[in-house]
Amino acid sequence: MSLTSNPAPVDWQKASYVAAQAADARVNVELETEGMILNIGPQHPATHGTLRVVVRLDGEEVVWAEPICGYMHRGYEKLTEVRTYPQVTTLINRIDWLGSFANEVPFILGAEQLMGIEAPPRAQWIRTIFFEMARIANLTLFLGDMGVQLGALTPVFYAFRDREYVLNLIESATGGRFHPNYDRIGGLKDDLPRGWIDECQGAMRKVRSFCDELEDLLMGNEIFQARTRGIGVIPAAIGLDYGMSGANIRASGIDWDLRRDSESPLAWKEVDWKVWTHPDGDSFARYWVRLQEVREATSIVDQLLEGLPAGPIMSKVPKIIKVPAGEVWCHTENPLGEMGYYIVSQGGLGPFRCKIRSASFNNVSILSWLLKGVYVPDVITILASLYFILGDIDR
Amino acid sequence: MTALPLLAIELSYWQATAIKLGAVMTVIPLGSLVLVYVFLFKMMSHMQSRLGPMEAGPHGTLQVLAEAGKFLQKEDIFPARADRAVFGLAPVVVIVSTFMLYAVIPAGPDLIVEDLDVGVFFALAVGSISVIGILMAGWSSASKYSLLGALRSAGQLIAYELPLVLAVVGVVIQAGTMSLQGIVHAQADGEIFGFGLIGNPFILTQFIGFVIFLIAAQAELTQTPFDMPVAESELVAGYMTEYSGFRFLFFFIAEFGSAFALSGIAATLFLGGWYVPFLPDGLLGNLAGPAVLGAKIMFVAFLIFWMRFTFPRFREDQLQAIAWKFLIPASLANIVVTGILKVVM
Repeated sequence: MSLTSNPAPVDWQKASYVAAQAADARVNVELETEGMILNIGPQHPATHGTLRVVVRLDGEEVVWAEPICGYMHRGYEKLTEVRTYPQVTTLINRIDWLGSFANEVPFILGAEQLMGIEAPPRAQWIRTIFFEMARIANLTLFLGDMGVQLGALTPVFYAFRDREYVLNLIESATGGRFHPNYDRIGGLKDDLPRGWIDECQGAMRKVRSFCDELEDLLMGNEIFQARTRGIGVIPAAIGLDYGMSGANIRASGIDWDLRRDSESPLAWKEVDWKVWTHPDGDSFARYWVRLQEVREATSIVDQLLEGLPAGPIMSKVPKIIKVPAGEVWCHTENPLGEMGYYIVSQGGLGPFRCKIRSASFNNVSILSWLLKGVYVPDVITILASLYFILGDIDR
Repeated sequence: MTALPLLAIELSYWQATAIKLGAVMTVIPLGSLVLVYVFLFKMMSHMQSRLGPMEAGPHGTLQVLAEAGKFLQKEDIFPARADRAVFGLAPVVVIVSTFMLYAVIPAGPDLIVEDLDVGVFFALAVGSISVIGILMAGWSSASKYSLLGALRSAGQLIAYELPLVLAVVGVVIQAGTMSLQGIVHAQADGEIFGFGLIGNPFILTQFIGFVIFLIAAQAELTQTPFDMPVAESELVAGYMTEYSGFRFLFFFIAEFGSAFALSGIAATLFLGGWYVPFLPDGLLGNLAGPAVLGAKIMFVAFLIFWMRFTFPRFREDQLQAIAWKFLIPASLANIVVTGILKVVM
């Protein structure tokens, strides 16, 4: 309305009523505060790496959450296309960097399957031993790290201390502590050094006593139980829908372990062991299952060391490895869950295309469902108990 | 004016004040350095089966000085959207509250900065000023983690101030005075069931109060299992997240300085303070007092840090539940029982 036009007489009563209403409305808008958006990560101590979880908070309660990954994407699927088969193991060692050897195995098994060769029994047994040692090296760190995430500083140092025995053994046999690069198509790089078996049995005893110690120190602690029981419950059906695997799904009561349930040339069928499950599906169950798995892994290693067959560690393979054309899907039960490679070969020196399925990517995809309605401290508990390795999320 | 009887010399008011101020100014950094070295560096390391710092000085003793030097050299960073005045002032408020705690802790028969009649009350009151500084720090940092940490801290400190005060009430009832010096004398002269040789350290009669005081002190110091305000796996460093350089050092000194002071108050209230049996009066007592008190402080601090390195952290609601559902009723019951026994016996 322009000022020069002749205004209608003002109804002051009505005008004041309208003004009051407008003021009320404005106040209501101001009082209706939006939730605070909090970026947990990409640089945050709880994400041990560069996972970014965007959460919207109402007070300390999470109303919405979204995991954003890709900050550490290294393009391994593409890189494998420009590498020869023996070179690829160097790359895929760095996917789940705490259980490196376990990453090599499914790829090598897939390549062997395509070439139609099989490693000699001794190589398969030693592969299984190192596979389980990778599991121990990986999960012991989880067992301690869960304490750090919940505020107990001490357990992680015990974990580092006792993992050292396993890493030293891996180093003495393979030459690499973290990235062994030990598996070869058709066998292994080296045989075990002298005296290794005795030392390994000693190390397994130490790992078992570490498990007892943590069961006493951390898992039995009332505060730990109060912080983890009933927190981040994943029903079995929803876990399966999100494609979760490994200890995360076994903690929801699904009795599924690829070591037992898939055809594998490795030696798991030769030894007596048990798949542990827990019915609860909460953070405590995930911790409990992993603790039992470490114990079970030590017993698997012990049994394999007892019955280790003699013989060569390498079968006959050509000097220049060419894999015949074909496609293969090979997966194993890695420390973090199901890991597999879909290798497409066109008869060249390297894969034509290689799809890497790693467990953590699927395991964290449930976060947006799981984090709704929990408190900020529980976000950390859940992140810790899902146990992801950043390299395993972003390949 | 004010007399220093142990040296039998008369000092003017400003001279005495200067000496006292100097003493407090040396005791706080020294106390926190000792705590940092003995407990944070060495005891924690040995509990975690590692060595801790070993390079600087014999057995790593000079590491604390190196750390302090490191902080002093760092750039003093103000975040871009910080409220500069408040941001700069917050560490000072926190450390001043710590300084004032020391004013009423007696270290010997005559060694006390100011023997207030309401010493306990004063100590607990000024101790809670730090929460203002923490809120200032969290709000002015313009960081979400800082804000969350500061709000958690405020909620926690207020909740645990109550059991702390209520635990002390039992001691005050038994001693019949609120002066800390008076409480020490009450323990020194007291007797328990007619047996007066060791006096009556109130831990024997007020053990419930002692336990509650220690738990509440743990929460006041925001140490594990009550360290949600600075929970490093959740909130990075809580209200201290945006601080660097000497301002961060201020927070750090305040944290360990208050640990030292609260241990001192606990030692004074429950363990007899500077008094041990057969402690002579006069000059010798004044010289031995600080050593006795120091030993007791180290014992209490050991308990506090032992808990810190052992337990996981509570969640915020669990923390409040412990304070309101367990500690406060227990301390109220303790007061009732103490009151009845005081009247009856």
